Amino acid sequence: MIVLLMQLLSPAERAATFITSPAQLQNINVIIEKYGLDKPWYSQYWRWIDAAFHGNLGYSTVARTTVVNAIATRFPRTMTLALAALFPIVGVGIWLGTAAALNRDKVVDQFTRVLAIVGWSLPTFVLGIWLLVIFYGGLNWFQPGILTTGDSIRLSNLTANGAFHDYTGFLILDSLFNGQFGIFLDFVWHLVLPVITLSAVTSAQIMRVMRSSLLDALGQDYVRTARSKGLSERAVNTKHARRNALIPVLTVSGFTIILLFNGVVITETIFSYPGMGQWFAAAATQLDYASVLGGAVFTAMVVVLANLVVDVLYALVDPRIRYD
Amino acid sequence: MDTSTEGIEQTADGLLPNSPRGFWRSKAFKRFRRNPLAITGTVLVIFYVLVAIFAPQLTYFQLKTIRNTCVRDLGLGIGETHKIVEPWTPVFWRSIVAPPSTCFTIPRASYSAVPTPPSGKLWLGATSGGYDLYYGLVWGTRSAFYVGILVVGFGVLFGALVGAIAGYVGGWVDNAVMRFVDVVLSMPSLVIAIVIVTILGQSLTHVMIAIAAVQWAPYSRILRGDIMSIKERDFIDGARALGARGPRVVLRHILPNSLGPLLVIASLDIGAVVLIAAALSFLGLGAPVGYADWGQMISFARDWIKGPPGQPLAYWFVSAWPGLVIVVFVLGWNLLGDAVRDVLDVRS
Repeated sequence: MIVLLMQLLSPAERAATFITSPAQLQNINVIIEKYGLDKPWYSQYWRWIDAAFHGNLGYSTVARTTVVNAIATRFPRTMTLALAALFPIVGVGIWLGTAAALNRDKVVDQFTRVLAIVGWSLPTFVLGIWLLVIFYGGLNWFQPGILTTGDSIRLSNLTANGAFHDYTGFLILDSLFNGQFGIFLDFVWHLVLPVITLSAVTSAQIMRVMRSSLLDALGQDYVRTARSKGLSERAVNTKHARRNALIPVLTVSGFTIILLFNGVVITETIFSYPGMGQWFAAAATQLDYASVLGGAVFTAMVVVLANLVVDVLYALVDPRIRYD
Repeated sequence: MDTSTEGIEQTADGLLPNSPRGFWRSKAFKRFRRNPLAITGTVLVIFYVLVAIFAPQLTYFQLKTIRNTCVRDLGLGIGETHKIVEPWTPVFWRSIVAPPSTCFTIPRASYSAVPTPPSGKLWLGATSGGYDLYYGLVWGTRSAFYVGILVVGFGVLFGALVGAIAGYVGGWVDNAVMRFVDVVLSMPSLVIAIVIVTILGQSLTHVMIAIAAVQWAPYSRILRGDIMSIKERDFIDGARALGARGPRVVLRHILPNSLGPLLVIASLDIGAVVLIAAALSFLGLGAPVGYADWGQMISFARDWIKGPPGQPLAYWFVSAWPGLVIVVFVLGWNLLGDAVRDVLDVRS
């Protein structure tokens, strides 16, 4: 569908998706000829799909490398950020949501409600800017980027000397494997503000859903049955009520994962965090069509995979669901 | 339920009455009225609506002191600007109903390279380039509603059409359309919108098209579900027996019964649509520089995170005011939306 929209562009602009090195920019007409970019849309669509399946998504002028390479270096960073954001989302969302439901109308509950409303109403781009103004502009505790200048120079020197090996592509793991704890701590430190920004809205949503679905579950007959057969309050809450309450939470997480992708684009742009989202936004403003298309196709794949994970979690939480 | 009150009829969800008069006495409305959060949300949203409507009057002082093309395009000569705030003049009404597009251009107080702090004339200060923050935010409220209403309106029209066709025709058409809706809904809205804006080119109109291209999908799903359930009801069989054909059944008998809840849900989405538009503008994909638009106002802040050495928070106003306006707006819509969904929800 996206590629069909591309028909609105001129052949020269469309040629960008097929170029794999800057040298090829010289003879753009040859490329238009070679890939038949002035041919009708169906043959072009087929060519694009064919190339994509062979791992050729074109050349990214923003990243100054092929789109596939850009994704390979940037995706691990985005993945680190997204996974790190899961800790506050699950921790704050589920834990505070449970605490609020179990202490209904007490201080914890009221506090959680206020927190949920505030967090829910802070758009990513406002929260990110405000955090930067306070903690970078005002206090200078956290800097944008992924490493301080000193550490990034040290890292590039180490890599150039062959003393730093790229085992996984994930800087957070590689720094540990190479014994560079300074770089590891620096990286984690730089993750703090982006993670808060990225997880605020989602945590608040999960917290609200968790609270209301646990309250719902606590009023069910099976909870009364569990209580009346003499189970401890703790067992009733965690084994009977909370496990059932998690099902709606998982349904909502399916949607929030998609929202997380929206957040990644904005968060990475604000904090100059060199991941997929920042590259995607930069590509869009600089009319780097190949990157925008490649990034979108890759995002679609990740979304499908993420939904698959949610489906598997469903089966783990709810034994009624079986995938045969 | 109090059956003695005239005008209240039992509807499908048993809560909302059919006649407008009964609405004010209904249980649902009473519950809404007693919820302080719902009232806060309503007040906030009404406040923003009023700001959007009376933007020309609220920026009278700015229009008077910095003469710009907006005043000229309203047909006002030198010394006639005061007519904007005089309700007995036609200009007053014209500026509210159909202000010239030049009014959305923020007047520049100066061409300063750094932001100007708030002062006598610049109530909230100015961004780099001298763009008046107060003017930009007030007229930005208007352009926000403009975007929100147009996008949601188009989304409802197109979504209702697609949903009605899918729900009424059924069979493979329904299947194909709904799988396409699934695909649209499974992609992050911002990512799709960015792709579309990149291909169409950067402008506010294209931002609206891009958001509308995503926004219709949920409405078509809701309407299709409604139609599927209404289709089986007796009165549809009755209409058929009287000789009504497909399109008439859909337009006269099915749509009026399912459009109400859809319109309520859709109008609550205006807040979310405004937020996506602001996010796109923030990334630099929206309106041109100098257009009154919230996303752009706060994107100025990205260049002024840190003040000059020694005064780290010197440029606080560039990020604080636009941020506050957006946060309170989102808060208002969220509170209102939550309360209305509560009322519409049968279970609670």
